[in-house]
Amino acid sequence: MQKYLIRRVLFAVVTLFGVSISIFVIMRVLPGDPLVAILGVEGHARMTPADRERIMADLGLSAPLPVQYVRWLRDIGSGQLGKSFFRGDTVAEQIMHRGPISAEIAILSLIVSWLVGLPVGILSAFRPNSIPDAVARALSVLFIAIPGFWLGMLIVLASLFWFGYKTPMVIVQLWQNPWENLQIVIGPGIVLGLAQGAYIARMSRSCLLEVIGEDFVRTARAKGLKEGLVVMRHALPNALLPVITISGVLLGFVLGGSVAVEQAFGVPGLGRAMVSAVIERDIIVVQNLVLLYAVIFVLVNVLVDLSYAWLDPRIRYS
Amino acid sequence: MGAVVTELVRFSRRNTLSAIGGFVGLLIIFVALAAPFLAPRDPLKADFRRMNKPPDAQSLLGTDQVGRDTLSRVIYGTRTSLFVAFSAVLLGTTVGSLWGVACGYLRGRFDLVSQRIMEILQAFPDLILAMAISMAIGTGLPAVIFAIAITRIPFGGRVIRSVALSIRELPYVEAGRASGGSTLRIMALHVLPQCIAPYLVLATTHLGVAIVIEAALGFLGVGVPPPTPTWGNMLADSITGLVPPWWLALFPGVAITVTVLAFNLLGDGIRDTLDPRLSPAFLRMMAGGRRT
Repeated sequence: MQKYLIRRVLFAVVTLFGVSISIFVIMRVLPGDPLVAILGVEGHARMTPADRERIMADLGLSAPLPVQYVRWLRDIGSGQLGKSFFRGDTVAEQIMHRGPISAEIAILSLIVSWLVGLPVGILSAFRPNSIPDAVARALSVLFIAIPGFWLGMLIVLASLFWFGYKTPMVIVQLWQNPWENLQIVIGPGIVLGLAQGAYIARMSRSCLLEVIGEDFVRTARAKGLKEGLVVMRHALPNALLPVITISGVLLGFVLGGSVAVEQAFGVPGLGRAMVSAVIERDIIVVQNLVLLYAVIFVLVNVLVDLSYAWLDPRIRYS
Repeated sequence: MGAVVTELVRFSRRNTLSAIGGFVGLLIIFVALAAPFLAPRDPLKADFRRMNKPPDAQSLLGTDQVGRDTLSRVIYGTRTSLFVAFSAVLLGTTVGSLWGVACGYLRGRFDLVSQRIMEILQAFPDLILAMAISMAIGTGLPAVIFAIAITRIPFGGRVIRSVALSIRELPYVEAGRASGGSTLRIMALHVLPQCIAPYLVLATTHLGVAIVIEAALGFLGVGVPPPTPTWGNMLADSITGLVPPWWLALFPGVAITVTVLAFNLLGDGIRDTLDPRLSPAFLRMMAGGRRT
């Protein structure tokens, strides 16, 4: 187990190192001149060469690329993550301020997805091809296809009409006012949770059906166990592993999707910071936020793999 | 030709839903191609006498803030969205798949290095990577296509690689090697054809994903720049007002959902046909048939 753990974490570190280099390269090399990226073509053309050099030096962009990269690693090491071009605060401060909201949304959506997806999947697998199964499958196909941000827009619209809903303007943290905080995160959490739940229902249904066909389930039935007990006690634990994996993979979908869903609900989370940084072409903020998303995604998948090894000894010892 | 029709009829009988998906997909492609003939008005022409009108006889789906016809914009949006999605998949999924064939067949150091690259690409959430790339290379149509294509590469690389890995061990491939075929020849003539079926499944599913990413990019204001009508741009336009008009928010989203649904259903059907292990019928058989 320990060897497996070390190897898995090592691989993740190597991957993240590669991720940091690629995002750095995307941000510096592809646009050619970063000043054009920041100021736009016209703004760039209007400046004198001396102005350009001064700004580049101010922003720390005139150093050779390897030096810039090492500086960035140093910034990450110091926990500050570098400064935004347009705002006074460091990226770390932005993350500390906006991150909790987005984290809450992600966790809430995870909870919703399991609470909705798993029972629906079990129900479907209990009576395959019954009417409830058909309804459940139709709904999951539908919720996989509906873009989350659009569903969010519709919910906001409906609440505008019927409840006089207002989009949140300021961040209310969980520890400041739990009730108002919940009002901010609940919409995005449910929307993202339903989409994930659809995948989880689908996956748990097909995995359960597969397991139900195996010999040990027949044995359990043969010795006269009730059907409910057979499914919940014997079949379900064996069907859960792939569902856990897909839940980890889906996190990538949530991290990306939350950017658009936060925009739809007007929630001032990390996704909004990402969108405004991209629009303002604030490359320091973008490169740090992209790295943060990748780090979270990779770490969660390491956790999923480890839980897999913990739940299934066959993986642990191979 | 006759054989193709028989095959299609058999497919539709077994997978009614995906046949419907395929039919709707074809219809949507037709709408995209015939947009100039189907759209009642010019999608870019503003009409200040008819701003923010709800659906009526003159404009069936209403008009937007500057009086452009929503129906025409949805129809032309089909064009942009499908063009972006098809190009991105044709580029990204294809490059990824060819790369996967090479990885699976060649193995060794090339495979090892390629797999690390795929892992790095997969470490980014799709939309985040697409946003970063389209920001870096500018927000035009080609940039958006390129950005979405990059996010599709690792999936092709992973899935097709595993297919190629199992095929390279088959006797007929070995026979090809024994009779002195060059590596490239064996890959192209013996391994590649076997990868076409999984490629089709992958590509169809990726079409749906690409459409959603494109719409999300447009919605966030980093996609194909306005005034080009895309579904995402229209959704972004719709929420600029204090009270968004419902028809502007509703119809482009319906278009996205229907399109994605159609391609997903089609993809499911193709998968069930080509890989029966995953089909419901097989799972039912596994389940012993007692609960049907």
